[in-house]
Amino acid sequence: VLFLTDPDIFSMTWLHFLSVSITVWLTLLFVFTIVPAVLGVSIGIRRLYLTTLLKIFEWATLRMEMEAKEKNQQLYKPYSSGIIVKEPPLSLQQGIQELRGSASCLHSEPEFEMADIFYFCRRGVESIVDDEVTKRFSAQELETWNLLTRSHYNFRHISLRLTVLWGLGVLIRYGILLPLRVTLAATGISLILVLTTLVGFLPSRELRFFLTEKVHVMCYRICVRSLTAMITYHNRENKPKNGGICVANHTTPIDVIILANDGCYSLIGQAHRGLLGMVQRAMVKSSPHIWFDRSEVKDRHLVAKRLSDHVADKTKQPILIFPEGTCINNTSVMMFKKGSFEIGCTVYPVAIKYDPLFGDAFWNSSKFGMVNYLLRMMSSWAIVCSVWYLPPMNREEGEDAVQFANRVKAAIAAQGGLVDLIWDGGLKRAKVKDAFKEEQQKLYSKVLVDTSR
Amino acid sequence: MGSRASTLLREEEIEEIKKETGFSHSQITRLYSRFTSLDKGENGTLSREDFQRIPELAINPLGDRIINAFFPEGEDQVNFRGFMRTLAHFRPIEDNEKNKNAAASEPLNSRTNKLLFAFRLYDLDRDDKISRDELLQVLRMMVGVNISDEQLGSIADRTIQEADTNGDNSISFNEFIKVLEKVDVEQKMSIRFLH
Repeated sequence: VLFLTDPDIFSMTWLHFLSVSITVWLTLLFVFTIVPAVLGVSIGIRRLYLTTLLKIFEWATLRMEMEAKEKNQQLYKPYSSGIIVKEPPLSLQQGIQELRGSASCLHSEPEFEMADIFYFCRRGVESIVDDEVTKRFSAQELETWNLLTRSHYNFRHISLRLTVLWGLGVLIRYGILLPLRVTLAATGISLILVLTTLVGFLPSRELRFFLTEKVHVMCYRICVRSLTAMITYHNRENKPKNGGICVANHTTPIDVIILANDGCYSLIGQAHRGLLGMVQRAMVKSSPHIWFDRSEVKDRHLVAKRLSDHVADKTKQPILIFPEGTCINNTSVMMFKKGSFEIGCTVYPVAIKYDPLFGDAFWNSSKFGMVNYLLRMMSSWAIVCSVWYLPPMNREEGEDAVQFANRVKAAIAAQGGLVDLIWDGGLKRAKVKDAFKEEQQKLYSKVLVDTSR
Repeated sequence: MGSRASTLLREEEIEEIKKETGFSHSQITRLYSRFTSLDKGENGTLSREDFQRIPELAINPLGDRIINAFFPEGEDQVNFRGFMRTLAHFRPIEDNEKNKNAAASEPLNSRTNKLLFAFRLYDLDRDDKISRDELLQVLRMMVGVNISDEQLGSIADRTIQEADTNGDNSISFNEFIKVLEKVDVEQKMSIRFLH
């Protein structure tokens, strides 16, 4: 007891204890995550972790329903299957004819019927209750509760057991998982900076290429583990090859890490400042990425030229592009911008589908900044996703860039089980163009004028 | 979604809305979730801009009129009660049999009330008459620039001629009901809400 009261010895003991625990921590980290990441081996801890979590979630949901029934309270039912029954979409022509068919034809050629407004009225109110576009810009609702308050819709104190379980979850996620992951991520990023710079100094080009690949893959593997991401790659024989463009649906900036984990890509984007800028400059030293200055981004010809130059050089890696231009919530694929499809090279489509149960990866950029988003990602249970490599596609005879883009989009949507929409992802922030309304008006005018002839 | 929707809606409110509109408990909570997702300002009410943010509504030629129907006379904000009251017009009539609260007053989704809703889309100044001008305005909204003034004018004249029975050159609500008596209003002005 005497030595504990002496401040010097006490602080020494405390420091000693701290250093021992940090060493143990780092060793565990090293052995269980970094070494497998470098060697490309998986121990199987993550799979066990996920199966256990799944059982706990199902138990929690059942428990919640049971308790709610006992207390005679009503639970919120998520509307993953929709709020209303949507009729299969008819064209404007058909819709109006169907409407008029129910009214008796007192005149041989009805041109305008007062009942016509019912068609527009119902369509309008249906879209107010449930539309195809606005719901794509916020995270999707879950059927099973995953012990995160951010995805719970009526978190009241229903049962002591559940609240305790949730509290335990919070402790584990923020106390253990988050620091662990942040450490890993920091390691991964510093390794990328250091190693790519070193490799950039090497004289021999072949050696540089060879080592770059190894360094990139290793660093991305560490990053993937820092998110506890479980990725299943399908059809790897279709992996993108040099001299082509890889095209994928966009849900989150993490998409890049998910794909780069399994291959080397050239990235394309705006040159940033700060930490991100440093990483970008370091990456360029050892492999050809395409970074644009702010001013150059608007110049579509410049962008197209740099893309075609890169693609023409068969020694360069495939470019990774997200044609939607913005993050969508992974329930649908929105309009692909035609720029990358005009170049005329082989396109390798890739479909990425996340399972939101263990952590929703969608980045709602109007709600959360990047740092907030990364924190949420690192304090979720895990990121689970599937990646499908689709067979390469080329533009066909007589097909223009827009049709080609739509064909690729349809293939990706079909594979990923996503809804194929023609709406522009830019509608997240911008208003819809008047041209679409004018189209509707034109169609209706045809109905009026043609039947009166 | 992600916002704790139904915790902000009290049980008593849900019961009141249930009595007034006939929607079920789960329908009300789901529609409240939708309401909050449209409410970007997070102040418990919707403005006209909130509605116009829905692309499918923005391209609807009658979009503005439909949005107007949600707002009470002269107001710029609609709360959840008002939202539900307007939506209640679109409940299918069959659903009423399940609701034992057969209120003394006519339910919001009766045939007459559905027709009144449509009538009000035409009758902008709420004088209970659709004048030639009002009819022309709605027609112009639906056809855009694709039909000439003269042709549109003659369409309007013909329509009024057929409907007008008391010769005041405008269509009253009763005349409106008569014109549409053969139309299956119950089906055309109903939306099937899931339970």
